Amino acid sequence: MTPAVRCTGLRHAFGATVAVDGLDLLIEPGEVFGLLGPNGAGKTTTIRMITTLLPAPPDTIEVLGRDVARDRTAVRRLIGYVPQQLSADGTLTGRENVALFARLYDLPRRARAEQVAAALDAVSLADVADRQAKTYSGGMLRRLELAQALVSAPRLLILDEPTVGLDPVAREGVWDRIEAVRAETGMTVLVTTHAMQEADEHCERVALMHRGRVRAVGSPAALKGALGPGATLDDVFRHHTGDALAPETENGGIRDVRAARRTARRVG
Amino acid sequence: MSAPPVAPPAVSAEAGSPGLVRTALSRTGTMCLVELQKLRHDRTELVTRAIQPALWLLVFGQVFTRIRAIPTGSTPYLDFLAPGILAQSALFIAIFYGIQIIWERDAGVLAKLLVTPTPRVALVGAKAFAAGVRALAQAVVVLLLALVLGVHITANPLKLLGVALALVLGSVFFCCLSITIAGLVLSRDRLMGIGQAITMPLFFASNALYPVQLMPGWLQVVNHVNPLSYEVEALRGLLAGTDARLALDFGVLLVTAAAMIAIASALLPRLARG
Repeated sequence: MTPAVRCTGLRHAFGATVAVDGLDLLIEPGEVFGLLGPNGAGKTTTIRMITTLLPAPPDTIEVLGRDVARDRTAVRRLIGYVPQQLSADGTLTGRENVALFARLYDLPRRARAEQVAAALDAVSLADVADRQAKTYSGGMLRRLELAQALVSAPRLLILDEPTVGLDPVAREGVWDRIEAVRAETGMTVLVTTHAMQEADEHCERVALMHRGRVRAVGSPAALKGALGPGATLDDVFRHHTGDALAPETENGGIRDVRAARRTARRVG
Repeated sequence: MSAPPVAPPAVSAEAGSPGLVRTALSRTGTMCLVELQKLRHDRTELVTRAIQPALWLLVFGQVFTRIRAIPTGSTPYLDFLAPGILAQSALFIAIFYGIQIIWERDAGVLAKLLVTPTPRVALVGAKAFAAGVRALAQAVVVLLLALVLGVHITANPLKLLGVALALVLGSVFFCCLSITIAGLVLSRDRLMGIGQAITMPLFFASNALYPVQLMPGWLQVVNHVNPLSYEVEALRGLLAGTDARLALDFGVLLVTAAAMIAIASALLPRLARG
């Protein structure tokens, strides 16, 4: 079966700083895969290369059998992307926010309204779809972004820190929607997170990144089991990253922190 | 739990892959629609942005009409000035689109747009035409004010269509200039400084306030390479019936707008990475 994502010897440097250093990764179709690691581990750079935001050399990344370097537009049609920041437009209504992405993905006019309504319904925002997004709570905004990413029926959903700044109830709400849609459509979900408990509960497999490389990969249960009885995913994380605060090696490290803070402020 | 959006193949994004021209037209329509939706939800910007052009017409225009300091032949000075203020109003809207795109980068919006199957050139073109739509909405307010002040404005629908086209092309150029600078400096603060540094010189080095013949020689040279002057000349010719080289004016606006879209598109990935 064609993997959802295959990275082979992936490398990216910002000047003299190597952010991703010979990364090998295989994500099976239909699984919820977590990319974990401390700040500066290379997660965001990897995601940005998979989503075509950063250039990747040919034959280093395949998304559902398509080479990212050679077939960018086709890859973009397969992807739904939710960035870390809350990027929905507060001036527009929920429906207008989702309809914008339905148009950007060239959904036919006759199916568009129905597909937009279905995406909003899937994230339980149908009742408030005609309210301006600036009146939404943080959890609702995140679900709105999920609807924006889902409206094109992507085969690979990529979420960058989807629950940052959300309260526990809103977090569960977001994960409930992700899992329900995944179960219904069979799409692959690739998620980055710092929240080990979330990764443990919701990801079928995780990869632990440190200094641009994958240090461990497997199911949370297998990784914990390999460390010994009673081990948590936090222990696995510390074991592989050396419990050290990594330097901000990724380009935009400060911006990542600012973005996280801005997102946290917006969700209140 | 409600039903998730299971897409039949016909409506999956994988199915459609229109050509570049169709994509560009579709994205332009989409971005223009979004601008109109934003304006519909928040009309305060139309009013606040109208204050400055209103002051130019009310204060500068009326005072200079009274003192007859600027010779404009048989054309009343307010009639001469109104197209210049119209162009200035559009310039001020478009030149700060670079700041908006940097905000969109910081807010994750740009990344989301770049991950859609949209060629960079179509995305930049769409944004630039959306700036034109916003400038047009503003132009309606300025023109209404000009009518109240007694400015003679053509009622010929074809000429008014030409006015709209000149305003949109001018906005496209200055919006893309702004995105280009954003792609070079990458920071909102720097762009604000540069934006403020170039807008007034562009305005004063054009024929917006005074006829070219009154300018010193060196300023006339600058005026000839300033796209704003061609925009003003076209607007003035169409609105007030003054002498204009419309073919040249629209030719310059079209070529410079297309060139600027190409340059801004080339710098967009740098902006996304920066």
